[in-house]
Amino acid sequence: MPTMRSALLSAAALGLILTGTGPGLAKDKKEESPAVKAARDFNKDPYPSTYKPYPGRTTVITGATVFDGTGRQIDHGVVLIKDGKIAAVGSSMADMDIPADAVRIDGTGKYVTPGIIDAHSHLGDYPSPAVDAHSDGNEMTNPTTPNVWAEHSVWPQDPGFSRAMANGGVTALLVLPGSGNLMGGRGVVLKPVSARTMQGMKFPGAPYSLKMACGENPKRVYGSKGRAPSTRMGNLAVNRETWIKASEYRAKRNAGKLESRDLAMETLAGVLDGEILVQNHCYRADEMAVVLDMGKEFGYHVSTFHHAVEAYKIGDMLKASDTCSAVWADWWGFKMEAYDAIPENAGLLYKTGACVVIHSDDENGIQRLNQEAAKAQGDARRIGVVVPDGEVIRWLTLNPAKAIGIDKLTGSLEVGKGGDVVLWNGPPLSVYSRPEKVWVDGALLYDNQDRKRRAVSDFELGQPGEGDVK
Amino acid sequence: MSARKLSAVLATLLACTAAPALAQSVAITGGKVVIGDGSDPIDGATVLVEGGKVTAVGRDVAIPAGVRRVDASGKWVTPGLVVAITDLGLIDVGAVDESNDSGAGKSPFSAALDISYAINPDAQPIKISRAGGVTRAAVAPLGTDSIFGGQGAVIDLGADPDAVTVPRAFQYVELGETGADRAGGSRVSTWTELYNALGEAREIAANPNGARRDDVMLGRRDAQALVPVVTGKQPLYVHVERAADIRMVLKLKQEFPALRLVIVGATEGWMVAGDLAKSGVPVLATPLNDLPASFEQLGATQSNVGRMKAGGVKVSLGAFFDQPRYAPQYAGNLVGLTKVPGASGLTWNQAFAAISSGPAEILGMGDRFGSLRPGRAGDVVIWDGDPLEVTSGVVSVYIDGTEQPLDNHQTRLRDRYNTDNPGTLPRGYDW
Repeated sequence: MPTMRSALLSAAALGLILTGTGPGLAKDKKEESPAVKAARDFNKDPYPSTYKPYPGRTTVITGATVFDGTGRQIDHGVVLIKDGKIAAVGSSMADMDIPADAVRIDGTGKYVTPGIIDAHSHLGDYPSPAVDAHSDGNEMTNPTTPNVWAEHSVWPQDPGFSRAMANGGVTALLVLPGSGNLMGGRGVVLKPVSARTMQGMKFPGAPYSLKMACGENPKRVYGSKGRAPSTRMGNLAVNRETWIKASEYRAKRNAGKLESRDLAMETLAGVLDGEILVQNHCYRADEMAVVLDMGKEFGYHVSTFHHAVEAYKIGDMLKASDTCSAVWADWWGFKMEAYDAIPENAGLLYKTGACVVIHSDDENGIQRLNQEAAKAQGDARRIGVVVPDGEVIRWLTLNPAKAIGIDKLTGSLEVGKGGDVVLWNGPPLSVYSRPEKVWVDGALLYDNQDRKRRAVSDFELGQPGEGDVK
Repeated sequence: MSARKLSAVLATLLACTAAPALAQSVAITGGKVVIGDGSDPIDGATVLVEGGKVTAVGRDVAIPAGVRRVDASGKWVTPGLVVAITDLGLIDVGAVDESNDSGAGKSPFSAALDISYAINPDAQPIKISRAGGVTRAAVAPLGTDSIFGGQGAVIDLGADPDAVTVPRAFQYVELGETGADRAGGSRVSTWTELYNALGEAREIAANPNGARRDDVMLGRRDAQALVPVVTGKQPLYVHVERAADIRMVLKLKQEFPALRLVIVGATEGWMVAGDLAKSGVPVLATPLNDLPASFEQLGATQSNVGRMKAGGVKVSLGAFFDQPRYAPQYAGNLVGLTKVPGASGLTWNQAFAAISSGPAEILGMGDRFGSLRPGRAGDVVIWDGDPLEVTSGVVSVYIDGTEQPLDNHQTRLRDRYNTDNPGTLPRGYDW
């Protein structure tokens, strides 16, 4: 896919310019040692995506209620998918260039949304079956492991991927390391497509994320091992010491004085360069406020707070910092730092004007993100916060796309974006509705009218219920 | 007159006055009424509750003078939700060990454990579940060091100190992977442990005052606690997921014919639906498992409940420990499945019954609560829309005819922070 490929390359080039170490800026290039060169000019994409869109046909869906992901609703809308892209969206076919051989789908009484995006998943890293041998999501041997990459744990045969697409309409997901560590490692954006390899699922052009975690988990994990951090203040101290090292590393790199590569520091420098997004697991409002200050202290931006059950207490701060909150609808009380969770969290954030994302963090929840969003909408309405359906769909599409850095590529039905589309058999904000068809880059990869148009993972072959409707 | 006699007289007087009965009487009019027994909803019907019990439901119900009227026009009126197998009342915060009574792994006792002692009616999970329309629950003991979890209770979620409807309502046993782990590491040992335990109980049942053999494995209290199980006086709830395990459970009755079995979990129940239906053993199924989460759940599909129902199994929803207030969402999903080609689900009426009268009947209490049929407890919920729809919410809840408070930690936080003008003092003064 030439376009995606060049997007990736230009992103890498941009990174070089931002660091001030681009070829044009290095004055004393001749004196540079090979070690310095290696530390500077390393390959930022050593495990490149091999995903290519599967064959698709030009498809036009007519007569459906269309939620385009930006908040807009079009009744009796038309969506044209061509060459793997959104080619046209509107209320009439009149102005659209629709080839005679296009597949025409009568969407009357049905609904169209962009593909659903989960900004927080552990599919592949904690796959089913959830046996110990599959537990690959938390490298809990050091409180800061920015050197590990979640993609290197992904098992593409996790049956959860196909369930997410078939039942949840999911077309992209951010697979994150767990929250046992303060800095858990890099997250990777995947498409939940059947593939032999992780690379075959990797979303081309998507940036990396760094998973960080506040609160109970890191201090419990390491405190119980008799080492730092064992308190919340310990969490901050270890974080800050690590950011200080990263800042020094980056300054050295920018000065052309690095003598060797450091995987962990490359990730953190990538954050400070603005190339890698910060995804911060954090429950309590007071801790989120501290993290925002830590970001200012070291010069990075928190893209998204994950779980953020107390985000409603600090909606103004989150809005001001342009930080999204990726939340559940109504998980509550399972741990101390979730004790102040309320079902109106998303609604109150929306009222404040802050960015709302509904996430799953769960192999079952990812199959029902639409229902979670609908619950939050209902709970908001009961306190007088009316969120239009189109805006609620945005919580599942364009907002998570923004939170994980793929909003230029997908997340809304805008011309030129990837053809990631769900046709729902009823209102998507209803418990009674399910995806009928799911397209990924214009290829029909799930169709509930065709029992063979659903992926069955290698693990499921020869097992009870192979190929069963799930 | 002695003090004791005086109080007895007073008690009689109090019982005779109409006031308490009236306090538990209400006529809810004009709503779309769901009886909860699988019948169609009735538009514009009245639910009459008198003295804490449902006395009449229908379009032409005469409302006695003095009974409080509540207008439910445009709303839905249903029985309170019944959620079988929860940990309600045992936990404040799951991950705060000292607040969590759902596990007793270090106890020397097992079958003798009686959950009813530990129920805390003031626990926030009870308040929050009540605000979600749950009025009755079966609470099971979970983690012990044995395959037996002890004796579960049926509770109501009313805002009063009297939470336990039926103590020692059932015995709970783990026979799948969890049971194997507790029994020494293998299903082989699980079954030996189970047959031995039930055998020891049978010996006590046959000779209650006799001396026990020298080689018994169970302590006297645990063995005695299993006597009502082997004699069929107390149901035995069995947690299994795998089809093969379910078949083995059904064979238990060959050796112990009096057993009253209920199967809990049953992810692969659809694979043995015929056997289950033939046995008449009811199932409380975890509703939406569709991943091979373990090697005893390889056949998981959301169509499990629908296929069991279609196969004649007495099945209802249960055994979800996240939040009991999710029951309507789970039931609604099963209705949604009926529109998916190849999938099996439930009709709306069946789905609502599966979270109300269905579990009540499996608990053996269908004549006491779980539906709005006359004679049942006045457990009534008014909803602002279709109760199985995720955007709907609870308007009010009655238990035994008494209107319940719906405020809790969450609603108080919500109200504190849902304000554009926090005032001149910090929010801590806003309460």
